[in-house]
Amino acid sequence: MGKKVVVLPCSGIGKAYGEIGRQAVYDLAEDLKPEDVKTACLARLMIDDPETKAMVKDNFVITVDGCGMDCARKNVEAAGKQVDSSLRVVEAFKKHRDLKPQGVLELGEPGFKLAHILAERLSEEVDCVMKK
Amino acid sequence: MLEEIKPKKVGIIPCNGEEICEGSITRFASRKVLDKLRPNDTVTVCLPLFIAGGKEEREFAKNYPTITVDGCDKRCSQISTEKLSGRPYHSIVVSDLLKEHSIEPPKSRRALTDKDQAAVDLVADEITKKVDEILEKS
Ligand code: SF4
Ligand code: SF4
Repeated sequence: MGKKVVVLPCSGIGKAYGEIGRQAVYDLAEDLKPEDVKTACLARLMIDDPETKAMVKDNFVITVDGCGMDCARKNVEAAGKQVDSSLRVVEAFKKHRDLKPQGVLELGEPGFKLAHILAERLSEEVDCVMKK
Repeated sequence: MLEEIKPKKVGIIPCNGEEICEGSITRFASRKVLDKLRPNDTVTVCLPLFIAGGKEEREFAKNYPTITVDGCDKRCSQISTEKLSGRPYHSIVVSDLLKEHSIEPPKSRRALTDKDQAAVDLVADEITKKVDEILEKS
């Protein structure tokens, strides 16, 4: 079976960036690229869960972080895998300052729009990574 | 002069599990406590910061009595908080709590329906109970 792309959001809980990344990954994995993309609980890497460690080791990995702390990327690296690509939600924000999410978890229409834009950007990234 | 003695704040750390619906409940219930039920008594930290952050983040569970909220019995938040930061005071497992109260978990991990609010409320109330217990003791 061919490699898939595991896309892992940081799911940060302090600001809306984390939820936007999370929603973008669901959009990608369930609607845009269900055949090629899967996701997993990032925190399973923190407990050295063998199944999740094998999943990231055997597939391509893209991380989606809410801010410059790059938690998802660093957690994957701490599990011994170099990511194939990493994106920051905050970058997507810069180009769309008109779209303001309503709350940290209740994104409202503008926040979901932003998540969808990010999902489309991720979809291109998935194509790039799979061509490698 | 009498000084007002401020009680400690309580740290709430959800696992934020992406794979299952109960992971989404950990987020919504924790945010409900942080924003609405006990905004002055609670703080949070992004769990993966225990690996990616600095000393300050890693000392979170030493500085605050902590409640971990996990989606399932893999208990990722409880185990990693204990390993990387400090022993939590209480650990809540959403899947167990919902089963105990015969509440169905949500059908979608992406969006919660009005029906799923019962699950969020139950977990948020349980977190709040534990927050109050900790503050009473301190
Ligand atoms: S990258 Fe930023 S938003 Fe995401 S978990 Fe880390 S600190 Fe939180
Ligand atoms: S406790 Fe369960 S739901 Fe939460 S991150 Fe771990 S495996 Fe996922």
